[in-house]
Amino acid sequence: MNIHEYQGKEVLKQYGVVVPRGKVAFTVEEAVSAAKELGSAITVVKAQIHAGGRGKAGGVKIAKNLDDVANYAKELLGKVLVTHQTGPEGKEIKRLLIEEGCDIKKEYYIGVVVDRGTGRVVMMGSEEGGMDIEEVAAHSPEKIIKVVVDPAVGLQAFQARQLAYDIKIPGDLINKAIKFMLALYKAFEDKDCSIAEINPLVVTGSGDVIALDAKLNFDSNALFRHKDIVELRDLDEEDAKEIQASKFDLSYIALDGNIGCMVNGAGLAMATMDIIKYFGGSPANFLDVGGGATKEKVTEAFKIILSDPNVKGIFVNIFGGIMKCDIIAEGIVAAARELGLDRPLVVRLEGTNVALGKEILNGSGLNIVAADSMSDGAKKIVSLVK
Amino acid sequence: MSILIDKNTKVITQGITGATGNFHAKGALDYGTQMVGGVTPGKGGTNVDFNLENGTTVSLPVFNTVREAVKATGATASVIYVAPPFAADAIMEAVDAELELVICITEGIPVLDMVKVMRFMEGKKTRLIGPNCPGVITPGEIKIGIMPGYIHKKGHVGVVSRSGTLTYEAVHQLTSSGIGQSSAVGIGGDPVKGSEFIDILKLFNEDPDTYAVIMIGEIGGTAEEEAAEWVKANMTKPVVGFIGGATAPAGKRMGHAGAIISGGKGTAAEKISVLEASGIRVAPTPSDMGATLVAVLEEKGLLEKCKG
Repeated sequence: MNIHEYQGKEVLKQYGVVVPRGKVAFTVEEAVSAAKELGSAITVVKAQIHAGGRGKAGGVKIAKNLDDVANYAKELLGKVLVTHQTGPEGKEIKRLLIEEGCDIKKEYYIGVVVDRGTGRVVMMGSEEGGMDIEEVAAHSPEKIIKVVVDPAVGLQAFQARQLAYDIKIPGDLINKAIKFMLALYKAFEDKDCSIAEINPLVVTGSGDVIALDAKLNFDSNALFRHKDIVELRDLDEEDAKEIQASKFDLSYIALDGNIGCMVNGAGLAMATMDIIKYFGGSPANFLDVGGGATKEKVTEAFKIILSDPNVKGIFVNIFGGIMKCDIIAEGIVAAARELGLDRPLVVRLEGTNVALGKEILNGSGLNIVAADSMSDGAKKIVSLVK
Repeated sequence: MSILIDKNTKVITQGITGATGNFHAKGALDYGTQMVGGVTPGKGGTNVDFNLENGTTVSLPVFNTVREAVKATGATASVIYVAPPFAADAIMEAVDAELELVICITEGIPVLDMVKVMRFMEGKKTRLIGPNCPGVITPGEIKIGIMPGYIHKKGHVGVVSRSGTLTYEAVHQLTSSGIGQSSAVGIGGDPVKGSEFIDILKLFNEDPDTYAVIMIGEIGGTAEEEAAEWVKANMTKPVVGFIGGATAPAGKRMGHAGAIISGGKGTAAEKISVLEASGIRVAPTPSDMGATLVAVLEEKGLLEKCKG
């Protein structure tokens, strides 16, 4: 789960990570009053969307006075920001972070992630702050320093010290940098983050070590023990269909094609998208109904697929293991009757109770095209939507 | 022969009185697995009865702790169906009881819990499969997990996969072509897990009854690439592959916690090219996993042996 920058900074502050003073604003008036309250010589107006690359896309403005703040707030609120992470459709700006400006002496990068290779948490640092860290990794990997954390003891001061020296934090600020890193790790561990990225971390003219930006991402498997984090979820940033799907415990991701897919199992669902593409079609979604789908769940899945106006046809691909094919077939028939089937539907059923499932579909009187295999089904739906 | 488990393996179920654990314990018993007991803290001393498909009834003892269960039953393997918040603890309890093999089916365990589990397991004798996996089956002998047993056929092809349903798809294609399996292992779709492809490939390489292997990977991480390097350097048997997620967009989690392309790493294209460079033939579509293996077996003169 993602949260906004200003929320991330609030979370980090609780752990002693130093962040600039700032306040969220939903309107121009709120932006101006926040700036007044800060009373800083320079105020930064930052668009709050769940995507990186905001600076380059014009989502971060430096205001020298309150008029500037008002003008920038007016310009940004309601604007659709397109960054390299939003996709071409961009994201509408609905919130701003009004923050005090600071005297940046140098920018660094600090990130914390779970490394699958070692099965451990890794803290990464670089003297190349403010840049796209993926570019640094590609061009000068030696400039990214990593420390692997032993979960039995957590990040140790010596590791933070090594990292701080390696990324060339000025000698007189080493202790502040160590404190910063230890606090960041503590926040990561306590809140079950999957990513905590500070880019840039800055040292200022007045000798502070500050998180100028903060990107926190949380492990959705761990949200059950972080009610405070769940409250930070911003539904405006998520696809309406994905929100609807999550209510029914369906794993759904919207894509930009025109063939709706309903599959059981994440691996098979991905492979179904692949085979559609292989035969020249384009999937409209990833949808895993899971292993224990009921008739109701299948109906909901169908509703979500049909609510996408781009969907020109549907491919259902089920390998029933624990999931029985007759249950799926009943769900399909119920959904098609309830919603009216106005688009081609290809169904491939295999596995437990397959004969019974096929019987239900055939006897339904609905216009359902049966497929013998994944490839047969993919070919059929691709030709039907053309 | 087979890997990890055979007809002599004695198994306990952790979470045997829960709906999922109970359902699949019955499935295992129906398949012929030596399921010898279960663990549910607080229900020790009771029994769970299973009315099997063959008309017989089996009554299994329930214990409060894994240690007790092992002592009383002589089990060497455990399967875990405990809910996500308590699953890491269940794994560590099984490891502490010195079981040889622990298979964790539970989906949705917090990744930092698994980081701690893997640290806890260092230097211990237990092998962990999963979490978030379908389990392990040695067809005709034993089934531990949630896979449909009847699609399998005893034979000589090893299957290892990060995805459950894609494993069933591959197994079904093999069985339909008359090719049986030595063992099929689901290693699971989580980023931090007990066993990786290499661990299972090593076992298949050493198993005299396995003649070839299908390895089913997906986007995210670099485990497939590492496995491919290992295959190139060490594997004496043909390996056929498939990688799911060629059309998945970057930055989106495709169901499995581990199936995400981040920082331009872990794409299907990258994995496929490394696999092919290592001599692993990659099926062009998931419908062709079986056919690709058949073609390779034929070229190597192994097809008849694998059909026998």
